[in-house]
Amino acid sequence: MKLTLNVWRQSGPNAPGKMVRYDMPGVNEDMSFLEMLDVLNESLIVKGEEPVTFEHDCREGICGSCGFMINGKAHGGFPKTTVCQLHMRHFKDGEELFIEPWRASAFPLVKDLMVDRSAFDRIIQAGGYISVPTGSAPDGNAIPIPKSNADRAMDAAACIGCGACVASCPNASASLFTAAKVAHLNLLPQGQPEKFDRALRMVTAMNEELFGSCTNMQECEATCPKGISIENIAILNRHFVEASFSERPATAEVGAG
Amino acid sequence: MTLNSRIPGGPIERAWQTTKFNMKLVNPANKRKYHVIVVGTGLAGASCAASLGELGYNVTAFCFQDSPRRAHSIAAQGGINAAKNYRNDGDSIYRLFYDTLKGGDFRAREHNVYRLAEVSVNIIDQCVAQGVPFAREYGGTLANRSFGGAQVSRTFYARGQTGQQLLIGAYQALERQVASGQVKMLARTEMVDLIVIDNKARGIVTRNLITGKLEIHMADAVALATGGYGNVFYLSTNAKGSNVTAGWRAHKRGALFSNPCFTQIHPTCIPVSGEYQSKLTLMSESLRNDGRIWVPKNAGDRRSPDQIPEDDRDYYLERMYPSFGNLSPRDISSRAAKRVCDEGRGVGETGLGVYLDFRDSIQRLGENAIRERYGNLFEIYERITGENPYKVPMRIFPAVHYTMGGLWVDYHLMSTIPGLFVLGEANFSDHGANRLGASALMQGLADGYFVAPYTITNYLAETKLEKVSADHAEAKGALENATNLTNRLLSIRGKKTVTQFHRELGKIMWDYCGMARNKQGLEFAIGRIREIREEFWQNVSVPGSGSDLNQQLENAGRVADFIELGELMCLDALDRNESCGGHFREEYQTPEGEAQRDDENYAYVAAWEYKGENAAPVLNKEPLSFEYVKPAQRSYK
Repeated sequence: MKLTLNVWRQSGPNAPGKMVRYDMPGVNEDMSFLEMLDVLNESLIVKGEEPVTFEHDCREGICGSCGFMINGKAHGGFPKTTVCQLHMRHFKDGEELFIEPWRASAFPLVKDLMVDRSAFDRIIQAGGYISVPTGSAPDGNAIPIPKSNADRAMDAAACIGCGACVASCPNASASLFTAAKVAHLNLLPQGQPEKFDRALRMVTAMNEELFGSCTNMQECEATCPKGISIENIAILNRHFVEASFSERPATAEVGAG
Repeated sequence: MTLNSRIPGGPIERAWQTTKFNMKLVNPANKRKYHVIVVGTGLAGASCAASLGELGYNVTAFCFQDSPRRAHSIAAQGGINAAKNYRNDGDSIYRLFYDTLKGGDFRAREHNVYRLAEVSVNIIDQCVAQGVPFAREYGGTLANRSFGGAQVSRTFYARGQTGQQLLIGAYQALERQVASGQVKMLARTEMVDLIVIDNKARGIVTRNLITGKLEIHMADAVALATGGYGNVFYLSTNAKGSNVTAGWRAHKRGALFSNPCFTQIHPTCIPVSGEYQSKLTLMSESLRNDGRIWVPKNAGDRRSPDQIPEDDRDYYLERMYPSFGNLSPRDISSRAAKRVCDEGRGVGETGLGVYLDFRDSIQRLGENAIRERYGNLFEIYERITGENPYKVPMRIFPAVHYTMGGLWVDYHLMSTIPGLFVLGEANFSDHGANRLGASALMQGLADGYFVAPYTITNYLAETKLEKVSADHAEAKGALENATNLTNRLLSIRGKKTVTQFHRELGKIMWDYCGMARNKQGLEFAIGRIREIREEFWQNVSVPGSGSDLNQQLENAGRVADFIELGELMCLDALDRNESCGGHFREEYQTPEGEAQRDDENYAYVAAWEYKGENAAPVLNKEPLSFEYVKPAQRSYK
């Protein structure tokens, strides 16, 4: 089939960007969206033009590297699908597509369709972990975990950190990303000691990175390639509020005994 | 070169304990005076960097992706082995050791494998404590499933995303150290050379993938955890970015490369559908717990699978290997699939495929039980092929998945360059000629959490390290080397794209150094690869410049290294006149068509030494001795 692509081209963060039109003949319906862009890039290189920069790695929907807007929808708007897992059989012959990078001030543009998502790493650094040094763990079965809790934690932990939630949110909020991590760890017994600190610090980090606030638009859940539920945001909010009331500063009375 | 593997004496059960006790320590106040570089942030790299940071060392970690969480360990689906014996089904450290050594067709070092089995139990504990949401039983205890090459249930899993969850655990531990300032994380940075001073690894040269800037980083020790080289075949289950560059450049600086021809072809992948295809997708081996593999009994039977009655089906793994059936090891299952396809009994449009059928288990357990176990895998399959595997059997075919070969390391995971440690898939050490399912995650985390932190400490404590700076002639030389390489690639301005060369190389490798190899084919391949290399350096087209983000330039450097590695793989395969594990030389097979090992002449680790651009590499041998498990013809019948 034949498609017309309008791709956002921008050589660097401070350069002006614009849509560039490309005709794509010979698109095979079994190709993935990224494989179609590969074909475009190969043809651009042969013509002596610069290929389109886009991020990708595993190409099986788990590493979270890839992602851009297709016709205004993150990852194309197909349920539980990343662009690397989106196959061209979902498009019609003759269709015109508009491809743009994630747009959010917390995700500065790097080049073409590639953005900088390191803000996500910094949110994790604020408390998205359980402080357990190597070697200090008890036996794996020492603390039984109800299956339903383990399953809910797993649902939240399935987040791949692609940023589609931010890109599709009218407020560019990272609430779903942050909440998924807080819920994953706070639902487990191992996560309890740092439960409140985690919620407070991660929300603070999210705000400092200039992500917007959640106003329950639910676009994030609708677009999330892993189907992460906004129920997690309710968990985050609950723990954040509890933490705000119960948080006490660390005691200053420390030192050698 | 003499290879000292530093295998400890005494009974194997005490070997690691004794080694640990005999190792030198660095006192806490002195640890902060040392700087260690860790390249790669997959399971091995992230866990190693985090553990070293916790100990108090200054660590700089590097990854080429935009975040350490993207490393390809994330794509591992099925699970991680550990000798917990929670099922009470007769598992033990010794049995895991035995299974792994036998699974590797007796081409691994006994002591390394034993240690791997020994620390496997600690890995599960560590991961649970970090919050890895492993599958659980209703009583709250950890669940298990079975994997190929074992008759016990020792595989722990988190749905079909075990690698993701383990990596996120290690990544979070790493980010905790980044937050504390103990680890400095440099993402989007690729290692392009190793700096060796006074015969010790003292740093690396990197390229910042955003600005193109080449930089020198000095250190007291360097750990490479840079993964495998399956992408030499172009089409593989590896991530597109996975590459051999860090390991290969270290090889050129003096690190020996071991058993490069030992590659694992995974039996259950989604078959190739077209020329444009950029990668292959794995369907986890765990599916073989409940799926049955079959092809039509008669060649040329083109009926749709539901029209083929039971009597006309050949469940060939169950027929040929009744004790292990559909859970036979990967090398054996892959070859069996190739054989039935060669006989003209393959399915699908290309005839290169076999069925993996869930009909019987759906009847037995219900669709919901199957959905709970494998839902995400079924989804992936449907997304790619457009077919619903709950209704129509999956079509699968073998694909390149893992590389057992890698840089040579001793018992301390140190390469032949002192101070250069190699962890995880990047080293050759634990899987012999074939890796069992769910053992890659185990090895990555064993190396990173529980082995390298001890052995690197020991190295730092016992080694006199002169103060060196980035002004050292060797450092500057390595930087200049890297600059020249970039300029050379950019100045060719040829007619063929990097990907075209990569595809050509991959096809040669798959046809002649893939599931079956022979002398004539390998000799032909070596000639062709030399031609490809020649043409590459005259006719490759790398657009853009070296001073900004340039994905084609990154890829060009990686493909250049793959071309050189491909030749070495063929040389190694040609030298090994036997069949073992994933290395199947057609000249050496039993009357039933199984791999015919030659223990008398080939019970050694091949360790290749680089001798210069146009010189033949030199083969060094580390003999393997088996004190505990006597090598036998591997039988899964």
